[in-house]
Amino acid sequence: MSEIVTKAPQGHIEVRNFSLSYDSIEGPVAAVTDTQIHVNPGEFVSIVGPSGCGKSTLLNAVAGFLKPTTGIVTVDGERVNGPSAERGMVFQQYSLFPWKTVRENVEFGLKMRGMPRSQRERAARTLLGLAGLDAFEKHYPEKLSGGMKQRVGIVRALATGPKVLLLDEPFGALDAQTRVIMQQILTNMWQRLKISVLFVTHDIDEAIFLSDRVYCMTARPGSIKAEIPIPLERPRQQSMMMSSEFLALRRGLMSLIREESLKAMGGEINDMGMQGLNIELHGHSLADVI
Amino acid sequence: MSSPALVRHPEDSMPAIAEAGPAPGTVPPATPPSFGTVALRWYRLNRGGLRAIAIGIMSLLAFLLVWHLLTTYRVVFFVRFTNVPSPLAVYASFTKAIHDPKFLLHIVLSCRRIVFGFSLAAIVGVPLGLIMGRFKLVHEIVFPVAEVLRPIPAIAWVPMAIMLWPTNEQSIVFITFLGAFFPILINTLHGMSLVDPVLVRAAQCLGARERSIFREVYFPASLPHIFTGLTVGMGVAWVSLIAAEMISGQYGIGYFTWEAYSLVQYPDIALGMIAIGVLGLGSSLLIRGAGQLVMPWRLK
Repeated sequence: MSEIVTKAPQGHIEVRNFSLSYDSIEGPVAAVTDTQIHVNPGEFVSIVGPSGCGKSTLLNAVAGFLKPTTGIVTVDGERVNGPSAERGMVFQQYSLFPWKTVRENVEFGLKMRGMPRSQRERAARTLLGLAGLDAFEKHYPEKLSGGMKQRVGIVRALATGPKVLLLDEPFGALDAQTRVIMQQILTNMWQRLKISVLFVTHDIDEAIFLSDRVYCMTARPGSIKAEIPIPLERPRQQSMMMSSEFLALRRGLMSLIREESLKAMGGEINDMGMQGLNIELHGHSLADVI
Repeated sequence: MSSPALVRHPEDSMPAIAEAGPAPGTVPPATPPSFGTVALRWYRLNRGGLRAIAIGIMSLLAFLLVWHLLTTYRVVFFVRFTNVPSPLAVYASFTKAIHDPKFLLHIVLSCRRIVFGFSLAAIVGVPLGLIMGRFKLVHEIVFPVAEVLRPIPAIAWVPMAIMLWPTNEQSIVFITFLGAFFPILINTLHGMSLVDPVLVRAAQCLGARERSIFREVYFPASLPHIFTGLTVGMGVAWVSLIAAEMISGQYGIGYFTWEAYSLVQYPDIALGMIAIGVLGLGSSLLIRGAGQLVMPWRLK
């Protein structure tokens, strides 16, 4: 554990001139176009956008599951060529191995690295202890609640000490109360490990509450519509979600998303909210405007 | 609303504590439940299972009774029970047969053929299915051939098997193998096609390479379907074996049953049939047990 904590800050994600399109019978269909994002070492960055905007596509490209059509994805200057244990990933569907116990799931990455059994068992126990899951180490995932499953998912992704943690709507399937607790747990782990996080969600409150910075994407084909720094102080409390600062950020993001959602749904653009807030687009900081 | 309750609560509990202090032997939680309560609880929890067992036994007894009545009164009603042996006659031939080394040899030989034929089918079918599921080219090459051969019933292979293999024993094992092979292959393939790609991705971003993904994800994920294939394959293996033995065998429980007909030993026909049924049941129970052993995560 200590090895992970004291590591020099790293995990600088850089996505440049990125576009990704799929082949179809009518020719290539763009999923994401002309996108630049970056995550500084130790930073918590979220991507929000209407459903189908390509935010998961972007995340999967950073993970190395998808190859960009144009552009480049690098982590600490190294080009991403495929999935690797350096980029831990947490999935919405938990994706724990049902045939492995909780501890075996957490051990998996260490096993792949060739760590001896006794050593990785000890490491897994320590990590599960930190996540408050020691009592469940011998359970199979099926027996766990959604929140516990996702805690195992996060611990499993962190066990190998990755440079960055990628989360694809990790709390989307959880109920509201559990989600709040999970956000708190994730924040704690992030602050402890000083790891860079790229977090995809469609929940605006979640994005603001967790992040240092939020990218808002346009409707399909997705690109970055706005980049919003979240200047809220840390540690953040649940009560902050009622503060005027939070609500202003929320209102701004809300109108950005609504406009894109309407576009995605093929509806008329409702720019009333936009005009009211006087938001400038693409790359300009929303917080400055507000 | 809640304040009276809050006030009353300590008043109620205080005297209770005061009384409990001096009075000896009033420690209710420590008293172990009596045998009667435990038995009653056990009964309540297992009521469903007990009921199924009781009804099962009664239904088997009713079957025997109907069989007995139909044969003792030699009922002829579309079907003719005139020559059908009664359960008692079958029981008599059973007690005779278990002391007869020849009968036991029939059973042992049939079991051996099943073990050889079925094991071969599993040893070839499961890995082939896994490889076909993982590598498209192998699938594209093997699948069309398998699809053409699959609908041919094992019994239709008997003449060909006799031509192919030098000994009778080998051709019978071959036919048993064929019977088990296709269900095992097809189910393994099906299991592979259903492996959740997200689990493969999860393994990849935890540093797993091709071999590890195969061993740690594809194989365990397919196991439930592999075991379905093994169970179905075992059933078809018995069907094929009995057919092959009846046609080309010199030993085996299928041959025994057919020979009993030829020799007008009617009780032995039923005895052979029952033996086949029991052996078939036993072998599927073995596979189910093995499945539970190999897949502890599937236990409820």
